[in-house]
Amino acid sequence: MKKQFFIYTILILSLVFTGCSDDDPPAPVNEEEVITTMTITLTPSSGADIVLKHVDMDAEGPDDPIVTVDGVETNQVTLATGTTYTGSIELLNETEDPAEDITEEVAEDEADEHQFFYVIGSELDVTTAYTDQDEDGKPIGVEFTLTANSISSGDLTFILRHEPNKSADGVADGDIENAGGETDIEETFSISVE
Amino acid sequence: MRKHAVVLLLLSQLIVHSQNCNYTISGKVIDLHDGSLLSGATLVVSETELATQTTLDGVYTLSNLCNNTTYKIKVLHSSCQTKIFSVKVTGHMKRDFRLEHHLEELNEIILEGKAYENTTKTVLENNVSKETLERFSTGSMGDALSSLSGVTSLNKGNGIVKPIINGLHSSRLVIINNDVRMQDQEWGVEHAPNIDINSIGRLTLVKSAGALQFGGDAVGGVIIVEGQKVPVKDSLYGKTLVSAASNGRGAIMSSHLTKSFENGYYATVHGSLKRFGDFEAAHYNLTNTGLAERNASLRLGLNRFNHGLEAYYSFFNNEIGILRASHLHGAADQVRALSSNTPLIVNDFDYQIGAPKQQVTHHLARIKGFKKFENFGKLSLQYDYQQNNRLEFDIRRGDDKDKAALDLKLDTHTVLLDFDSNSNNAIHLKSGLMARYQNNFANPETGVRRLIPDYKKYDLGLYLIGDYKVNDQWQIEAGARFDYVHMDVYKFYRTSFWENRNYDELYPNIVIEDLGTQVLTNPNLKFNNGSATLGAKYSFNEDYHLFFNYALASRAPNPSELFSEGLHHSGARIELGDLSFKSEIGHKISATLQRDHESFSFSLNPYINTISNYVIIEPTSVRETIRGNFQVWEYRQTQAQLIGIDVDAAYKYNENISSTHQLSIVKGYDRKKDLPLISMPPISTRNEIKFTYPRFHNLKMELQSQYVFAQNEYPNNNFEVYIPETESTETVDISTPPSAYHLLNFNSSIEFKIAKKSLLTVGLGITNITNTSYRNYLNLQRFYADDLGRNFLLNLKLNY
Repeated sequence: MKKQFFIYTILILSLVFTGCSDDDPPAPVNEEEVITTMTITLTPSSGADIVLKHVDMDAEGPDDPIVTVDGVETNQVTLATGTTYTGSIELLNETEDPAEDITEEVAEDEADEHQFFYVIGSELDVTTAYTDQDEDGKPIGVEFTLTANSISSGDLTFILRHEPNKSADGVADGDIENAGGETDIEETFSISVE
Repeated sequence: MRKHAVVLLLLSQLIVHSQNCNYTISGKVIDLHDGSLLSGATLVVSETELATQTTLDGVYTLSNLCNNTTYKIKVLHSSCQTKIFSVKVTGHMKRDFRLEHHLEELNEIILEGKAYENTTKTVLENNVSKETLERFSTGSMGDALSSLSGVTSLNKGNGIVKPIINGLHSSRLVIINNDVRMQDQEWGVEHAPNIDINSIGRLTLVKSAGALQFGGDAVGGVIIVEGQKVPVKDSLYGKTLVSAASNGRGAIMSSHLTKSFENGYYATVHGSLKRFGDFEAAHYNLTNTGLAERNASLRLGLNRFNHGLEAYYSFFNNEIGILRASHLHGAADQVRALSSNTPLIVNDFDYQIGAPKQQVTHHLARIKGFKKFENFGKLSLQYDYQQNNRLEFDIRRGDDKDKAALDLKLDTHTVLLDFDSNSNNAIHLKSGLMARYQNNFANPETGVRRLIPDYKKYDLGLYLIGDYKVNDQWQIEAGARFDYVHMDVYKFYRTSFWENRNYDELYPNIVIEDLGTQVLTNPNLKFNNGSATLGAKYSFNEDYHLFFNYALASRAPNPSELFSEGLHHSGARIELGDLSFKSEIGHKISATLQRDHESFSFSLNPYINTISNYVIIEPTSVRETIRGNFQVWEYRQTQAQLIGIDVDAAYKYNENISSTHQLSIVKGYDRKKDLPLISMPPISTRNEIKFTYPRFHNLKMELQSQYVFAQNEYPNNNFEVYIPETESTETVDISTPPSAYHLLNFNSSIEFKIAKKSLLTVGLGITNITNTSYRNYLNLQRFYADDLGRNFLLNLKLNY
């Protein structure tokens, strides 16, 4: 009887340890949802575009994001007084090859679940206006205008909220206070109107 | 010496004979479990010819007893275990005797021959009573365990409840479910044990690592879950339990049926269902906190005196909604959530369980056989297989909306060979071998980087434990165990992290592929862990016992501590593991002074647990990402010490009124940094007064008060973040524990005999009677919402 027990043990053990031997290394994961790149293009009625770019290739990894304005590593943006800029925002996932355009997801497929907010520092005299709409007539904020008024300087922060309450007080006018939702993007630029 | 004894005996005989012998004892024979009166029980007074039987009302009278004499009275009943009571006659007396009655709990010969026996001899073990288990039938195992002193729970909402024993939880606890060590991804603070509370026959807690037969890494303790025992006789019995609760507007149904035969064969089938909608805090709805659970189990076996075989399979499946408002991105969201008194998202009540949520399926299959050899011992062999599949759903975007963000499948095979020696009556030896293979597969289809990497793990363990009963006073116990752990891991590291941590220089050899932004590595980690226990028990007399135990435990770091590298949504933080971790080694010294007495019993259990290489996670910096700022939490090893005391007391005022009292204190410190440890349970006390009136349908009423102090010792992990909306820098207070709170609970039950063999128990309970708004320091949801408000519970239990 005792002998049998040991035989069974060895039998089961051998089954256990031989039963599973696929040694193929696992496949890497395609990160589908990551936003690595935000490009904000400001087009004045005349003159050259201003391109603000935020790139973070390793997402939550230790490398800091790289912020550039017109290709130069800085977050300082100069706007001309009295000028209205037409703004558009493009979001990309550059971990995929070719890069995936996330703007489509945000501004078309799930337009009703996303909204950009432009938070203007109190010292800065600029105004923004939404120029796009979701199917309910609420703003999305991928398309907008930015008007530089008088000479001033301060922060301008672009915030993308996922699942905000678009019907809350002031949200359709760009007031973030009652918007709620989760922050998908938050990037601050230092603006001076000259 | 012997002569003196004989003289004394003779003298005492003389005294007895000179006494008045016309006294009577009368009373009732009562079922210990449900308080029903037992008719037809026989009472025999040892060494006399006196005997009687109880009437239909369970009443008896024994006359012609002598004054000042101690008698041994044997009480027998056809469906109960025979019990002998010692009674000293002082005049005419009333005395009730209680017997174990329920078939479902019969203490007869069972498969193991020793199940329901203490697993350690020198640690006082605590049991959760059957009544308590049933009272928590709508809750979870963690809730029921929290009714014991020294046990609290780490919660996420009220659906995810992880037990904390003397300040320690997760991988530091070993949970044994029907002789199988649970392998259910217990490492995560949001991973509750995958055990159906309604399938538990007996729940035991060992607040020590001393139970070496189960593993050497129980730095915090061992929780043992056992099924219902089955008697060796022809019978068919079952139990159905239905409980409904107002909070969450849900119910559970659980049914259990057993068929057994005289020849030792038996079968048990169990199933349960649970469904709840959104739970409610005192003043608002907790949106998306509903849950659903489905469980089933089947047990088939043969139980003979000298051999037996049992097959067991259980299926566990649940879906738990996580408070919608607790899903955050970044520090700015955290500031908003913390500064709001109510959750940021409160919708109307709903049964819908949406993202974020968890879905877990756990299969457990076990086959076990034993053979007894005369004058030698018992040999048992067990093979078990478990599969745990965990899906976690986040708030996602686009095509990934309904796709799990985490999909882990953990397969575990274990073989156990145990030998229990009984060749010597005083010395009891247990020894065994364990071999385990585990495979974790992280599904890459999630579109999210793997939180836990793919790995294979091999464990080998062997142990020897012995206890020696020196004499009636002393009992000693010693044991040792060795475990070898080998982990073969495939892990993708972000290149930036790999280089930032200097791993490219420390571990260049484990890289097998460089993919540009990430590297694939193959770490092979080996751990040799020793563990031991040494203890003694001293019995002063029948009532007073002193337990002393030292336990050495060694725990290999878990995959989360080693390999975490990424964003943890529910905590809105980045968590980083460390590949270089060593085994954690705990030394726990505990003592218990116990008075075990009918009218006044108590136990005092002080302990000190010193742990080297203790793994803690703590914030180290704030990292900038496209989503804003996130706090970075890194695992680190340190020297920790936990000191505490658990106090229990019970007093019986009279036949009907009794009270129980509990106090638990634990203090934990990081000795290297001289800081308090995070998430240590605050001091708490629980006091309960109970009224029982067996004569009226075994009426029971309990009023319970639970007072939890504010935790006054905690590390300061607050950080500052700039909020552009308000153009101000805000402190994110994630450290300050919530205030103290006091809860009142009520519980009652009444029984009706509805047929010869059927008993209906109706229970009514109210928890948080005063609808107090409170937050619990050990609930991860406390940052965003209050804990549960008032709840009415209705239980219907039918035994048949």
